[in-house]
Amino acid sequence: MRNRNNWLVLIVLLIIFSLWVDLSKKITIYNPFNDKPLVDRNVDVKLGLDLRGGLQALLEADVPAETAITSEELNNARNILQNRANALGVSEIVMQTAGDRRIVAEFPGVTNPEEVVATLKQTALLEFVDMGTNPLQPGSIIKTDFGIADPAAPGVDSPTATPSDPAAAPTETAPAETIYHTVMTGAGLQTASVQRSQTGAYQIAFVLKSDATNTFAEYTTSHTKQYLAIVLDKQVISAPIIENPITSGEGVISGNFTQEAAQTLAVQLRSGALPIPIKVVESRTVGATLGEESIRKSVIAGIIGMIVVILFMGFNYQLPGIIADMALICYALFSLMVFKLIPVTLTLPGIAGFILSVGMAVDANVLIFERLKEELRAGRNLRQAIDLAWSRAWPSIRDSNTSTLITCLILFVFGNTFGASMVKGFSVTLALGVGISLFTAIIVTRTFLHTVLDGMKLAEHPRWFGL
Amino acid sequence: MNIVKSRYVYFLISLLVIIPGIIFMGLNWAKTKDGPLLLGVDFRGGSLLEVQFEGTRPSAEDIASLYKEFSSEEQPIADPIIQSLGEDSFSIRSKTMTDETKGLIVAEMETRFSSRVIVLNFTSVSASVGAEVTRAAGFAILAAAAAILGYIWWAFRKVEHAYRYGTAAIIAMLHDVLVVVGVEAILGYFLGWEADALFLTALLTVIGFSVHDTIVVFDRVRENSGLYRRVEYEKMVNHSIVQTLDRSITTQLTVMFTLFTLVLFGGDSIRHFVIILLIGIFSGTYSSIFNAAQILVVWENREWTSWFKRKEEAAF
Repeated sequence: MRNRNNWLVLIVLLIIFSLWVDLSKKITIYNPFNDKPLVDRNVDVKLGLDLRGGLQALLEADVPAETAITSEELNNARNILQNRANALGVSEIVMQTAGDRRIVAEFPGVTNPEEVVATLKQTALLEFVDMGTNPLQPGSIIKTDFGIADPAAPGVDSPTATPSDPAAAPTETAPAETIYHTVMTGAGLQTASVQRSQTGAYQIAFVLKSDATNTFAEYTTSHTKQYLAIVLDKQVISAPIIENPITSGEGVISGNFTQEAAQTLAVQLRSGALPIPIKVVESRTVGATLGEESIRKSVIAGIIGMIVVILFMGFNYQLPGIIADMALICYALFSLMVFKLIPVTLTLPGIAGFILSVGMAVDANVLIFERLKEELRAGRNLRQAIDLAWSRAWPSIRDSNTSTLITCLILFVFGNTFGASMVKGFSVTLALGVGISLFTAIIVTRTFLHTVLDGMKLAEHPRWFGL
Repeated sequence: MNIVKSRYVYFLISLLVIIPGIIFMGLNWAKTKDGPLLLGVDFRGGSLLEVQFEGTRPSAEDIASLYKEFSSEEQPIADPIIQSLGEDSFSIRSKTMTDETKGLIVAEMETRFSSRVIVLNFTSVSASVGAEVTRAAGFAILAAAAAILGYIWWAFRKVEHAYRYGTAAIIAMLHDVLVVVGVEAILGYFLGWEADALFLTALLTVIGFSVHDTIVVFDRVRENSGLYRRVEYEKMVNHSIVQTLDRSITTQLTVMFTLFTLVLFGGDSIRHFVIILLIGIFSGTYSSIFNAAQILVVWENREWTSWFKRKEEAAF
């Protein structure tokens, strides 16, 4: 009995908490001792590309199928592509590796998918750029003369480096029309690694290839005490000063690097060009109008579906049906809370999966209530019947839901390997729906039913149990 | 109520639904040489462009000739399949083209037909990825079937002939898969419905549900086989089905209600998906009430030894 009251308290608290999460876009919990926020999270519903519009591209390593690709190479490629994409000024870009040779890139809300794809496909270009005495801040976007002006200018020409497509260049190009001179491209680098100076600061040591050594020696001799910027895909990564001429082909880039920043820069220097060539094998664009319409329609369908199920359960099972309806409303509240907290990206099939799981959520209750009727008909008293109904219906509920979860798992693996986020979204919401519905249909319904029974003398009214 | 007695009638009903489906799978195969279903771009590879015209919509021939102009050796997109979407939109299927080509085509549409063109949806999948996804989809279905078979075998391990339950559940599941794929083949033949990633999702969900339903019946058989040891097997199985009948129908109805609201109000992009789910779930309930446990009885009685006799009687 005491145990049951504990459940009731827990359920009520969960309902209050879920209402709070469901109705807010952001949750903040303050620490009562120092008034600083303890938890500060954005809990807005995350919508998938099919609902908000945007571009999803599946990129694949453009190498023969039998060539193995290490996860490090793939991750490096992902990081570089991410940097490149960030320069486009699109917010909330998602880039994830999928399987062992693919990367899924998602660009919510873009209206110019052609340009985005063009930017991704272009080979990354690392340049050492002459900045004279006025270095630009890291992050600035610049124009260089590499590949545009005098073809003899760059010290070492790289066969893989191509000039950026003017159409693909970001619109917010920094300081108007200054064109910087490219001294050398990343193709001239042999290695780059992180080390610590005598003072303990992180710096990057690099070694040049022999043909680049001469170019670099000449240049650094004539430009000592000037700035030499390291530019990746036309974005300034760092602009160190040339302290001394570098004639040996070995040098050090120092600056206020954290260990992390130094590591990243070293990786970028080593793999200025992508570690693996990439091609676009799949591209999906959804217009924003289609997305908006889909959301509106799904929400309407969801609400109507809920109402129909609630009415049906109430008419079919009377009192237990109404209690199951209350549990169903809890189910909807809890699910939305879980979706917002994890957060689960909602796609159209994901919403379909959720609405479907509403239908399934009542199945556990249906199983129990049918069993309850049987036990009551067999002449047991109400309390006994309730306990028996729950314990005897459990194996069916367990086995049937397990088989659904197995299917969800296989769908998830499938969707994850192929970057099929629609399939993945469906499996995630259905699986969460199954899990949450087990809790609400079994524990919440039972607790509510006992609470109602304790309050009223219902044992004399079997009619209310649909008999 | 005796649901087991006329089991061969129910098997026959299932066959009457499945056989036309298989015939149309064959017809599709003969027509497209691709396989039993019309495959969408997800599996076959290719490009699907859905555009809406704000001004007057050009004719399909105009679009086809525009595609022909942009067709090249690397991107042979001539002869696209063009279908109307509502009054102002087209869905255009072609061989795979790049985003760049799509951008050029849309720009050309705007100038040539002097109308603002809104890209509702553009999907482009290379043929190699399509082929790989198709293989993986087949594998996903087999893996799901194997995992569920294994689980049922384990869950019923304490019952005599546990493997019979697993096998019967898989047969019932195959029944539902055949019904769904058959219906898709028929709809593909007449209405041009293509199987895409969502179709696969629907199919796998139907598999999960089919087994879900069957297990509830089998669970009752498992429980009753311990309780009524003296009762004839056939009667005991029938009793189990009758006992779970209310539940089967109720659950079926609630799921159907939610799916119907999705069909009516859920928007065009998931309508095919939901209709396939509806058919599959109906089939799942049918097979769990009228096929699955009956297979156990056929097996227990070893009825295949007298099948020819039975047929003669039926003919008479």
